[in-house]
Amino acid sequence: MSYVVKVQTSASRMAAIGTAILIPVAFILPLFASRSLLQDLFFIFTMLTLAQWWNLLAGYGGLVSVGQQAFVGMGAYAMFGTVILLGWDPVPSILAGGIVALLLALPTAFFAFRLQGAYFAIGTWVIAEITRLTVAQWKQLGGGTGTSLPRSATRDIMFVDGIKALFDTKTSVARDILAYWLALILVILTIAAIYWLLRTRRGLALAAVRDNLQAARSVGVDPDKIKWLTFLAAAFGTGLTGALIYMQKARISPDAAFSVVDWTAYVIFIVVIGGIGTIEGPILGVIVFLLLQSLLASYGTWYLISLGLIGIIVMLFAPRGLWGLLSDRTGIELFPVQRRLVMNKKLSKEK
Amino acid sequence: MIFLDSLIQGILLGGLYALFAAGLSLVFGIMRLVNLAHGDLIVFGAYLILLLVSLLNLNVFAAALVAAPFMFALGWMLQKFVLNRVLGDDILPPLLVTFGLSIVIQNVLLETWSADSKRLSAGTLETASLAIGPINVGIMPLLIFVSAIVVILVLNQIIYRTSLGRAFRATSDDPVTASLMGVKPKNIFSVATGLAMIVVIIAALYLGVRSNFDPSIGPARLIYAFEAVIIGGLGSLWGTLLGGIIIGVAQTIGATINPEWQILSGHIAFLLVLLVRPRGLLPRAFD
Amino acid sequence: MALLETRDLTAFYGNFQALFGINLTLSEGETLAIIGANGAGKSSLLRTISGVLKSPAESILLEGMPIGHLDADEITSLGIAMIPEGRRLFPSLSVEENLEIGAYGNKQAGYWNLNNVYDLFPALTKKRNQPGTSLSGGEQQMVAMGRALMSNPRVLLCDEISLGLAPVVIKNLYEAFPEIKNSGASLIIVEQDIVQAMKVSDRVCCMMEGNITLSGTPDELSMDMIHAAYFGEEQS
Ligand SMILES: Nc1ncnc2c1ncn2[C@@H]1O[C@H](COP(=O)(O)OP(=O)(O)OP(=O)(O)O)[C@@H](O)[C@H]1O
Ligand SMILES: [Mg+2]
Repeated sequence: MSYVVKVQTSASRMAAIGTAILIPVAFILPLFASRSLLQDLFFIFTMLTLAQWWNLLAGYGGLVSVGQQAFVGMGAYAMFGTVILLGWDPVPSILAGGIVALLLALPTAFFAFRLQGAYFAIGTWVIAEITRLTVAQWKQLGGGTGTSLPRSATRDIMFVDGIKALFDTKTSVARDILAYWLALILVILTIAAIYWLLRTRRGLALAAVRDNLQAARSVGVDPDKIKWLTFLAAAFGTGLTGALIYMQKARISPDAAFSVVDWTAYVIFIVVIGGIGTIEGPILGVIVFLLLQSLLASYGTWYLISLGLIGIIVMLFAPRGLWGLLSDRTGIELFPVQRRLVMNKKLSKEK
Repeated sequence: MIFLDSLIQGILLGGLYALFAAGLSLVFGIMRLVNLAHGDLIVFGAYLILLLVSLLNLNVFAAALVAAPFMFALGWMLQKFVLNRVLGDDILPPLLVTFGLSIVIQNVLLETWSADSKRLSAGTLETASLAIGPINVGIMPLLIFVSAIVVILVLNQIIYRTSLGRAFRATSDDPVTASLMGVKPKNIFSVATGLAMIVVIIAALYLGVRSNFDPSIGPARLIYAFEAVIIGGLGSLWGTLLGGIIIGVAQTIGATINPEWQILSGHIAFLLVLLVRPRGLLPRAFD
Repeated sequence: MALLETRDLTAFYGNFQALFGINLTLSEGETLAIIGANGAGKSSLLRTISGVLKSPAESILLEGMPIGHLDADEITSLGIAMIPEGRRLFPSLSVEENLEIGAYGNKQAGYWNLNNVYDLFPALTKKRNQPGTSLSGGEQQMVAMGRALMSNPRVLLCDEISLGLAPVVIKNLYEAFPEIKNSGASLIIVEQDIVQAMKVSDRVCCMMEGNITLSGTPDELSMDMIHAAYFGEEQS
């Protein structure tokens, strides 16, 4: 009897069809959605992007970084730098943000990879602190108090005029629509890239590195190379997201852009609550996160206390998160990356 | 002259950082657990002392003494009911749980005490100083440094001279075989975290006496402590003191050059040591 | 009543079953040898009795009391000590500390204390302050045996004392057994070295693939029978 290796599930086929409908709808959404809905979605998409990258690092790669705010902040500052100092348009500057974050990831990985396991986590945090303190010395970008994007730059951002004409609205609304579209593209590309990566041989190797370094070595996977690649990719994606978030905010300061709570704590809770080590988890997590926020945000500290407690409770009693609970009950997998052995006979029957 | 002065200030500051780090080092040595809430627990300890001072009308030292058994019990319960459940081969769960704890502690303190900064008062001791040659050394920084040395001596005495300490080391080496000796590894972990909390309350006392504190400063203390542990070499408490001194000296010397560089210089010293001695200055022979 | 008894004892590593219903009894003062090929389940049996592997309460009885569900440290305190396979000394403890920690859980008085252990293994006396793992293989095995004795066990489980050691060293170690028995301990000895095992034991059990396939006194069992039980060949 022969077997084939199969990745697809029927749920994943449904998901693929669902996605094929959802994506075009998401793109034309600005035609009928309110501005505040677009802003909420912008927030969801950018947080989800950050969460997916962190999940790739920690959930799949076993690299628990508490210093991803370094790349958010660096991406954002590089974007401001190229706009203010070089006079670039903000949209291409976002790309510069990603690239500079990638460059920062090189020394970061060099140092942090010298630390094992849990100490890696604090090592990344130290480097994020160093970056924040150094950027706060950068006087042309406002030093410790920060700066804003100049009016000249925000007035004629690429595409905004076109959107204005197309939707017949004010500049500020057109800018929100542009930011929304960019965030949508970013989150789609991120999920697609991670999904693709996890289904390649490299992706399998990544899980092998997390689960057992020795075993990974013995089957010919170079764990160092995989760790580096993952870390650099995550830094690039995180930097792009940081730059995009701060293009939308148009105002930056080191404490905000390098905030461990905003860019790492929230992201970790999104992933943990949703379900670490799955692509679906962060998607579910970001929705729960937004719900909690709209319920509790006016209570400030209580919001964070509940997030922390929920995170702890999930880790204690459902370490695979809400999605883990759901897929255990139902067996649903929307983004299957595990290869399953299927008997060929059965497969031909299906055809 | 200024240089010599800041060198001495830096060494004494290193004692405080070693106190921040000793509990972290102890817990990591025994159960390979990094408690990301360690800094916040120190800040919590400072508020606890503040509370006891105003509630019982005690001086800060007596208040710390009263707080110590409470902190031991807190650490013991934290380990028994929370951390023991997530300890294992996977480092992720304990990291995430202690990270969650860190956020919870910070915000509970913020809710109960507001963001205003507070200080513990040690009375005239704070301003007293001692002239050593041309240098004036504050009594308080000196007391902190001596306390750090005493804490390390006592901890080493426990670890290397008592039956409990043997159980600590045996559990750290091999928990399964230790259990064949009648050691209950989970109890050992709980006692170790309780002990670490007693060190935390000492660190909290001096944190509060030496400078202002508010609910948000925990993570920075965690980072200094962590840097001291890594520089010193995992598992060596004297190494941790040495690491604390290096961070302290780097900070005070950086600050004399430019006040804005104080914290940054400490971090950079850490990176430099990591670059040349990845296993720290006084690493354990085996691991 | 038997001192120690197992009833339909099973053991699992995850989904992998290592023991399939082992029934054993050990009487007061008896020495039982367990032999079998690699992977037969000998170590798994000792690990289950000592509580490292979990089993149902009623499947292990100490003087009729169910102990299968207890943790390893609790079982040690009841007087069952183990010399684990591969010695497993604590590297950060000196020789003497390794011996001392053996008495950690069981403080009841008995013949064995530091002095008597050093009398049994004089070679250790000079090395008492060295790290346990700096000793030769044979000396390390002495420490492991002494460490287990320090708890004054009623039942001593020995897992492959001879592992990786030269024949003279093995002979030397086995010369300690009469004195160990005299101190009142009953023994279960797992051994690959059948000759040594037969010499010191009152009864021999042969294991294969998680089952006991043969048992009897050393006199009853011929080498052929053992050979057959060992490798699962049909008896001619
Ligand atoms: N930790 C473990 N995880 C999974 N399987 C195990 C483990 N330890 C042992 N096994 C399996 O259980 C079976 C019995 O192993 P055990 O160690 O009890 O054999 P043994 O008789 O002591 O062999 P040896 O003479 O080589 O020491 C073997 O098939 C082994 O592969
Ligand atoms: Mg064995």
